[in-house]
Amino acid sequence: MNPVYVEGIGLCGPGLDGWAASQPVLIGMKDYVPAPTRVQPASLLPPNERRRAIQTVKLALAVGAEALAAARLDLTESATVFASSGGDGETIHQIMSVLASSDRELSPTRFHNSVHNTPAGYWGIATAARTPSTSLGCYDGSFAAGLIEAAVQATVEVRPVMLIAYDVPYPAPLGDLRPISAAFAVALVLSPKPTAATLACLKPCLHSATDVVSRVVPSSLEALRCGTPAARSLPLLAALACEGDSFVVIDYLDNMTLALDVTPRLRALPPNGGRQERSSA
Amino acid sequence: MSSAVQSLPATMPLAFSDFTVVTSLGRGRDNTVVALREGRSALASCTFDNFPFPTYVGEIAGLDAAPLRGELAGFDCRNNRLAAITLREDNFVESVAVARQRYGAARIGVFVGTSTSGLLQTEAAYRRREPITGRLPPDFDYPRTHNTYSLARFVREVLDLAGPAFVVSTACAATAKVFATAARMIAADVCDAAVVGGADTLCATTLYGFHSLGVMSEEPCRPYDSERCGISLGEAAGFVLLERPDHRHGADTILLLGYGESSDAYHMSSPHPEGLGARIALEAALASAGIKPDAIDYINLHGTATSVGDSTEDRAVFDVFGAATPCNSTKGFAGHTLGASGVVEAAFCALAMRNGFLPGSPHTRSVDPRLKSRYVREGYPVHIERVVSNSFGFGGANCSIVLGIAT
Repeated sequence: MNPVYVEGIGLCGPGLDGWAASQPVLIGMKDYVPAPTRVQPASLLPPNERRRAIQTVKLALAVGAEALAAARLDLTESATVFASSGGDGETIHQIMSVLASSDRELSPTRFHNSVHNTPAGYWGIATAARTPSTSLGCYDGSFAAGLIEAAVQATVEVRPVMLIAYDVPYPAPLGDLRPISAAFAVALVLSPKPTAATLACLKPCLHSATDVVSRVVPSSLEALRCGTPAARSLPLLAALACEGDSFVVIDYLDNMTLALDVTPRLRALPPNGGRQERSSA
Repeated sequence: MSSAVQSLPATMPLAFSDFTVVTSLGRGRDNTVVALREGRSALASCTFDNFPFPTYVGEIAGLDAAPLRGELAGFDCRNNRLAAITLREDNFVESVAVARQRYGAARIGVFVGTSTSGLLQTEAAYRRREPITGRLPPDFDYPRTHNTYSLARFVREVLDLAGPAFVVSTACAATAKVFATAARMIAADVCDAAVVGGADTLCATTLYGFHSLGVMSEEPCRPYDSERCGISLGEAAGFVLLERPDHRHGADTILLLGYGESSDAYHMSSPHPEGLGARIALEAALASAGIKPDAIDYINLHGTATSVGDSTEDRAVFDVFGAATPCNSTKGFAGHTLGASGVVEAAFCALAMRNGFLPGSPHTRSVDPRLKSRYVREGYPVHIERVVSNSFGFGGANCSIVLGIAT
């Protein structure tokens, strides 16, 4: 796969309130303090939609807006790829409960919120972006699958593509069968060529599953990585937060991992290739 | 790394090395062609899951009696049963085996779409919850049935493939968008070939859900009819093996020539009133194929027979093609098969090109005079070489694909 350039990052997880605040935690400069995920209100949505927005929508919109602002892109410029292990757990649980009862009438809003691409639909409504949008699922490998789709789309279609990966815990009884430890979302704006906003270069490559998957420290962050499919992104985020070159391997399929060479901005750009002058490190 | 964008091979065209389809019209290509030519609809009064409201559905017979066994037993649900039956039709498994021999299992991707996945299994499990604890029954296998990824995992297993895989789930546009995904993956050298398509099956969630939206017809759906009053649900599966065309592909090979994707950015369950998203997808598809609108011989519409859906699509189609290009919706044959409709209609178009006919529009009696496109009600024999197929879904997901036949 051709390299892609990370132009902006959004992050929302338990004790991880945005990309800027989370970087010191990810590189071990600051202790990780687990706390319930704080999701910002979906201020991009019109007030009537904001009130009834479900958790997956709020999460996706929050990280998407953060990443695009960092990338200095207009909200309508980027194509989008949404990746999650499943739909909104609470919505599915409510629908299943109603259908198992004697009165099986569903709410139309709940029904349209049950589709896998609900956050993508609301992202469009919120931003007026008419660009292509894909929503996909790949169980525990959903983040890697989304990153592959987004990176390939960026290089083949030669346009910026934002990946938004998110997962939320399922309520019982579904949660007993599909434990997801926390609400977590990450957004990466990927560009086929470097720009003034470029943070790093990623070179993705499919590897066999015999490669050892990268872990994160401390152990409480590692537990989050293992417990939430979208948090499989944490080793990549830690690599993006540090200043040196990194090689990370993330979970994808039972027989396949996604390996990434991560080169921070100053090394990712050729001499004088960056349009914004910075003092040399 | 100084050359930021390395040159990539063109995404188009790609060849349908093989394809297969199962709807309520019948199993496999031959049965489907007969029904399409005859204009025979398979829609019947709904008895599924004791659904209490009058409606018609395209239900596939025999799925209840076809459980998955042995190593595949954990995948057993209506959606995967239909996928299994479909993969076994039309020698599809054998064609994939040839490709596997040629490229290796790890170089064949699986990009399939579904909206329902095995949701019916979870509906049944919730009716069997343990009364005191509320637990779901121990035989319910969530990851391999209900989870969005289930179908791709199942297809990979059945076809013995080991390449990159995921499920695209963009409601009723899912199995059109997988063509775009596969084309990009092959262009980026992530894989050499791909199995695309998908499956969607009847379940209470979609029956009661569309009923709650007030868009379900009490009679068989009548796309573009002046008295159209909503959709008839159906279930279906279809799969296509996509590869770069080469000398092995004969004169009647179906080609993927282009794709176009867009978002409505308007409403979760209603299309943009001026058909703006649909028009963007259509124009992008033609641009990607490098052809002008007048090169298209037939447009297979999304045409679900809702009042607003048909009129907004008509506006988009008329804006791009004018009133010259024959078009219609084939939803009257086997219903709206939701997430499967993209690949089903790609298969219908492929069969129409190969067998020299234009399918009709069963149940459409008088075309709405307010709609301006050239709507074809009765099918007829004709040589067609290039077609467009539209798929639009909840959340404003739009995808148009351009198909052609090698001459």
